[in-house]
Amino acid sequence: MTPKLTLGPIAYHWSAEERRDFYARIADEAAIDEVYLGEVICSKRAPFHEADLPATIERLERAGKTVVLSTLAEVMLKRERKATGDLADMDHPEIEINNAAGLYARGTRPHRIGPFMNGYNEATIAWMAGKGATHVCLPTELPGEAIAVAAKAARALGLGVEVQVFGRASLAVSARCYHARAHGRTKDNCQFVCENDADGMPLRTSDDRPILRINGIQTQSESYVSLLPECTALTAGGVTHLRLMPQAVDMVQVAAVFRGVLDGALGLAGAEARLQELCDGIGFSNGFFHGQAGYRRITAASPA
Amino acid sequence: MSLAELICPAGTPAALRTAVDAGADAVYCGFQDATNARNFPGLNFTPDELAASVAYAHARGTKVLLALNTYPPAGKVDLWRQAADTGARLGVDAFIVADMGVADYIARTHPDVRLHLSVQAAASSPEAIRYYCEEFGVKRVVLPRILTIPEIRQIRKEIPCEIETFIFGNHGLMVEGRCSLTNYLTGQSTNMDGVCSPASDVTYERCADGAMASRLAGFTIDRFGPEENAGYPTICKGRYTAPHRDEAFYAFEEPVSLNLSRLLPELIEAGVHAFKIEGRQRSKSYVRGVVSAFRKAVDDIRAGREADIADLVALTEGQKQTQGAFQTKKWR
Repeated sequence: MTPKLTLGPIAYHWSAEERRDFYARIADEAAIDEVYLGEVICSKRAPFHEADLPATIERLERAGKTVVLSTLAEVMLKRERKATGDLADMDHPEIEINNAAGLYARGTRPHRIGPFMNGYNEATIAWMAGKGATHVCLPTELPGEAIAVAAKAARALGLGVEVQVFGRASLAVSARCYHARAHGRTKDNCQFVCENDADGMPLRTSDDRPILRINGIQTQSESYVSLLPECTALTAGGVTHLRLMPQAVDMVQVAAVFRGVLDGALGLAGAEARLQELCDGIGFSNGFFHGQAGYRRITAASPA
Repeated sequence: MSLAELICPAGTPAALRTAVDAGADAVYCGFQDATNARNFPGLNFTPDELAASVAYAHARGTKVLLALNTYPPAGKVDLWRQAADTGARLGVDAFIVADMGVADYIARTHPDVRLHLSVQAAASSPEAIRYYCEEFGVKRVVLPRILTIPEIRQIRKEIPCEIETFIFGNHGLMVEGRCSLTNYLTGQSTNMDGVCSPASDVTYERCADGAMASRLAGFTIDRFGPEENAGYPTICKGRYTAPHRDEAFYAFEEPVSLNLSRLLPELIEAGVHAFKIEGRQRSKSYVRGVVSAFRKAVDDIRAGREADIADLVALTEGQKQTQGAFQTKKWR
């Protein structure tokens, strides 16, 4: 089975116009099979781009992409409960659930399990499959050994199995908005200050070492996860879908690099050099996959 | 009125006896492995210690809750199942769980033992809580520390199970069960290994300018001037710079601890069944002081007397404290 490349939901507060342009290019040019849409991080942002959703879905589907709508990772307020319930009511497109509130609303109708749903192991995945899950995106911090066991079990149950192979890792979510806090505001009067940081707000240690990125209520890794060298092993081990998270770089070209490696058209060394060129100034990491500190970059030749 | 049970930390058999003697209605504890979220060196129980501790607690009318509240990585599920089997055999009164696979196993294998939903499951809406109640028969939910009292009161009306809230101790900033910060810097996971900012990765270093740097796995989490006490390097309590802020600031939260003693009467009135005191990593004398003070306050409130809140407030004297999200949503 040919592994599929997917594009995860946009984590940041990109403007409606930026999103329209972004998805138009993805539809027309990107070697991506499936696209996840929808606001996962902050329910306050949703009204800015909700109106465009039907047109974006149509555009992507006309281009032959499978579209999946992702639900919020954190569900607490009335509007968040309603948004989750509304998505769970839909028959088309597919939905990816990121909070147990969504599982409750969806019942046993088919759905995908998102990376915030903590499908860490074969027992949990089997439970979820019994309740209508058709596909699971594994947690970003899961090491390769566990991915192999989880993927095998999920495949045996007929589920699709997805792993994030590119982009900043989600490290935490909170009820508090750290973008607002950094600007002396609170979540309720944030004035959408997060819109100024298309790739997250960088935090550095007091001795000037880059460490984390803030995206509203979410904390992300400073480095981009890149499992380019591990892609082949992942798919050989039963992973069916490889997820690229949208970052403020040329995602069409990023997808082309991954597609090239998966198809055997690009050598790994050249592909890695090309990816670094596309993500100028960005550090890559694959520590989680290797069971080490997530920020680390482990190379086959010289383990750190 | 709710029962207002006091749920107290037991990091060691000695701390467990201390908490029982000081008036805990229930104690919570874990085994010496990754199956619980306080997998710290020198803490927790062997099966034999747990057996003796259950006997000690039950003889005095105190319940024992076993935390199995981490997420087994694929391939290691058996460790959690064995822990559940052992706990059931030793007669614990409830399991505190987060992982659906673990919850499903216990619901099927040990249906007579109560299931409590850990804060690690991050169930913060009536729908999420109902999911766990209906699917696994969960009898109590430990609410994330992100809700205001009016929100708790509302949730109470919409769910079929009891509510437990944290009232005192460490103030976690991130949604529990969704935090990989420690794993990102150290390679040890809070969710899978039960580890948060592990002591083995902590170093302190005096810098050339006289400041003290506290580091986790080599990352400077905070720097302290000569007059400041160097705090423990917890990632979400560190000081960092941002492009528009050259001066390092507490990007997430100051190193404060949670103290809801002033809100106790309101929480009881809102229908909270049980109050959890954090601190399995704390000393016996800490456990004794905190548990007895809260015991007295809760008894006073239940008897319709004015509680001496000043004693509770004094417990964190000299330390910054917060009521977090409970008092106002401006905290968010």
